[in-house]
Amino acid sequence: MKPTSIEDKLAVNKYDIDKERHIQIREDICATCEAHPCLYACPADCFKLREEHITFSYEGCLECGSCRIVCDKEAVEWALPRAGFGICYLFG
Amino acid sequence: MNQKFDAIVVGAGPAGCACGLTLAKAGLETLIVERGKFAGAKNMWGGAFYGPSLYELFPDFWEKAPVERYILRHKYSLLTQDASFSVDFTSKKYGKPPYNGFSVLRSKFDRWFAAKAEQAGAVVATGLEAEDLLREGNAVAGIKAGGDKLPANVVIACDGVNSILAEKAGLIGKISPRDIKLGVKEVIQLPRQLIEQRFNLHGEEGIAWEFIGSFSRGIPGGAFIYTNKESLSIGIVVQLSALTEKEISANDLLEDFKRHPEVENLLADGQLVEYSAHLVPVGGKAKMPTLYTDGMIVAGDAAGLTLTTGLVLEGANFAIASGKAAAETVIRAKKTRDFSKQSLARYPELLEQNFVLKDLETFKKAPLLLENPRFYHQYPELACELAEKIFTNDGKKRKKFWKMFRESQRGRISLWQMLRDLFRIKRAI
Repeated sequence: MKPTSIEDKLAVNKYDIDKERHIQIREDICATCEAHPCLYACPADCFKLREEHITFSYEGCLECGSCRIVCDKEAVEWALPRAGFGICYLFG
Repeated sequence: MNQKFDAIVVGAGPAGCACGLTLAKAGLETLIVERGKFAGAKNMWGGAFYGPSLYELFPDFWEKAPVERYILRHKYSLLTQDASFSVDFTSKKYGKPPYNGFSVLRSKFDRWFAAKAEQAGAVVATGLEAEDLLREGNAVAGIKAGGDKLPANVVIACDGVNSILAEKAGLIGKISPRDIKLGVKEVIQLPRQLIEQRFNLHGEEGIAWEFIGSFSRGIPGGAFIYTNKESLSIGIVVQLSALTEKEISANDLLEDFKRHPEVENLLADGQLVEYSAHLVPVGGKAKMPTLYTDGMIVAGDAAGLTLTTGLVLEGANFAIASGKAAAETVIRAKKTRDFSKQSLARYPELLEQNFVLKDLETFKKAPLLLENPRFYHQYPELACELAEKIFTNDGKKRKKFWKMFRESQRGRISLWQMLRDLFRIKRAI
């Protein structure tokens, strides 16, 4: 069976996961947001809505920058992982 | 590393490698900084490369560079839920050196390209991130990387679509999600023989196959399949703002596309080996950042230099050409020891002289044209329904094709609207 969920797809990728998260979200601002564009923009499903709270997990991040561009409330403090960490494409 | 470089190139993608290579060949002290563990580790694209930019740097690159297959066939398909209408073009001319295009996997290709820049004399520092710019007064005077200050006469920002350096230099403002497409791709491994059977290819031949239609649910964008040696690159490229407005995830569209009857069988028994994503700046000429300032030049995706015409979405070609133009600008600036804005103004002049800015000017209306939802919905439906009517034999009296067309067209899209769209197409592309 081929993976269809994002989670299963990310599992085949190679990552060097840092101990520190590279992207921070301002949950206080997210709480005032109704649209949550991050939920649909992130191709790695890093943003989740749990009991009306946005949570962010950095481990599967593909470093595309979608969240940085769609968040018009400046709730995403976007940065790249430290050099050498994060996604490591073997095909690309 | 406290030596002052003539130039520091940030990012070892096609723009950075072309730039660093050209600078090093001219004898300039050049440092290429790459944040990935190796060049290519952070990079992905759809998968095909066209045009002479690389050929000019390496006249026989296809014999040495890790290209996958040469593109012999181009196919375009309009998809509805259960039908597909295609145009398929093959030319034997595309099967001879210097070829017209290649499928390429970036992780291998960028590593090769960076090694070539290194052989030419550039210092390539991987696993090093350019965190900020160094300044002398208003001029850019190097970078801060890995906690060190690295001075240089010029910094060339080839750091991609999310150019931190262009932002820090104040050359680019906030990017609108309307001017960005999100590309999501899977690399699916398949045995060589299966690829060749399924796509009717022989030896090193490859296909570039683009799709538009119902799978994107009215979102501007399309899908692609490129054949590699022993894998397929399959993905979608869709407007970021439309995804969030319609509350649809790109992966859902990709899954719909993969399940289309035209596509599903092509992927059977394949194994997913990578899932990747990347943004494409598609705002065109109107949305380009400022391309240079005192002591700094921006090239490639960082400068928004991609061409979108509906039939092609090209970036690497423009990246290489702009990287070369940036290098030529710096080589001349070095001769006069003038790295000011006035001296670097040569860069957009060179981009005007080669195809980069000309092509962007020629197709400057294309980005707006491609936001037209009818291209992704009504027209594919119309084409497929009409073809179905023409080919269906149900034993009843036949109608003239024009009458069939009118039946399918009415209620879907007016003739007046079609004429207006045709006029828009004519004006834009």
